[in-house]
Amino acid sequence: MYDAKVVIPALLVFLAVAAFPFWFAGGNPAKMKDPEKPKAKLVQKVRADKKVACIEATAWMRANHMQLLNDWRNLVVRSSKRIYVASDGASYLMSLSNNCLRCHTSKKDFCDRCHNYAGVAPFCWNCHVEPKGAK
Amino acid sequence: MGVNRRDFLKLAGLSAAAGAGFELLRPGQAVAQKYLSSQPDLAKKRWAMVIDMKKFWAKPDRLEAAVHACHQAHNVPHVVDKNKKPDHKHEIKWIWTDTFPHVFPSQVHDQLVKFKKMPFIAMCNHCDNPPCVRVCPTRATFRREDGVVMMDFHRCIGCRFCMAGCPYGSRSFNWQDPRKFLNLKKLPPTNFPTREKGVVEKCNGCAERLAEGKPPYCAEASKGAMTFGNMNDPGSGVRRLLAKRYSLRRKPGLGTMPHVFYLV
Repeated sequence: MYDAKVVIPALLVFLAVAAFPFWFAGGNPAKMKDPEKPKAKLVQKVRADKKVACIEATAWMRANHMQLLNDWRNLVVRSSKRIYVASDGASYLMSLSNNCLRCHTSKKDFCDRCHNYAGVAPFCWNCHVEPKGAK
Repeated sequence: MGVNRRDFLKLAGLSAAAGAGFELLRPGQAVAQKYLSSQPDLAKKRWAMVIDMKKFWAKPDRLEAAVHACHQAHNVPHVVDKNKKPDHKHEIKWIWTDTFPHVFPSQVHDQLVKFKKMPFIAMCNHCDNPPCVRVCPTRATFRREDGVVMMDFHRCIGCRFCMAGCPYGSRSFNWQDPRKFLNLKKLPPTNFPTREKGVVEKCNGCAERLAEGKPPYCAEASKGAMTFGNMNDPGSGVRRLLAKRYSLRRKPGLGTMPHVFYLV
């Protein structure tokens, strides 16, 4: 190998720098705290039959609500489609302010808690009116 | 002797393809989704507004009422300057009043003494051939099947081409955060969104009201001075009024085919 005297130490320095997070934490990296459990009630049941808490299963909503809301806003505004038929056959008005937020009454406890944890900042609330919060 | 370069590359390529294929073909978690329109017969309609200015002039407070009803319901801010005076440079309007020479510049002449001083109501004309839609680079402004020229505020990048394109001044740009000029504690119960800085806004033809089968706010508040209806229905109020009375449209020579008619 040419210039091994220079290349090998340089490689070692590079590896040391690249592995900084690992050796700095000493093998047991600090665990990020789970988001705090909210004190207030997160969901208010408004459906008369009280069968479901949300339009789809909680796990599915947790994973896909961003895609769903994005589809909704396009469909409502651009295609005048305002009724969502859920997988259980029930239909719902597609409206963030006038439907989702009837149950999910607190932006701080319901939206921000996870969004802050995940480091995402959707700009829904720059325009959409924030619910007053459950009281 | 180990693997040669050629065989190694082949193997690597195959493994990459297999990995990607697996990722693509992996069964996903699909939820059966279906969307329904609240107005399935949208394409059969062609909305229009007929404005009887004489009725407005007889009851001038209805002009103010129509403007107020719209601006209140749609969170249209009343922009003021530092001295709390109306800031016309930055004003936001969906529907407003103006003089005859401004509303009908091509129809004005010296002998129209009486008309010149009368207030006329002006709004988006929901044109058949809207220049604002043509120039919008993001298709944030579009024309619905029922003729409503609408904005998708989510998609507006604030380039203001539409403001240059619209010959009627129906569009306003949010130079400032509109929430500064709104009482956030007294927003309308309909939860209509506000806009944000850097977005153009205009009359949305009360799309949210049409979805509920109700007439626009301005027409409702005008108490009969503004008639809203379906041009494709020969029995509708707008068609009957237009058949009976002489009507004007704003700047007809431009070929935008406005659908707001003024009875004179």
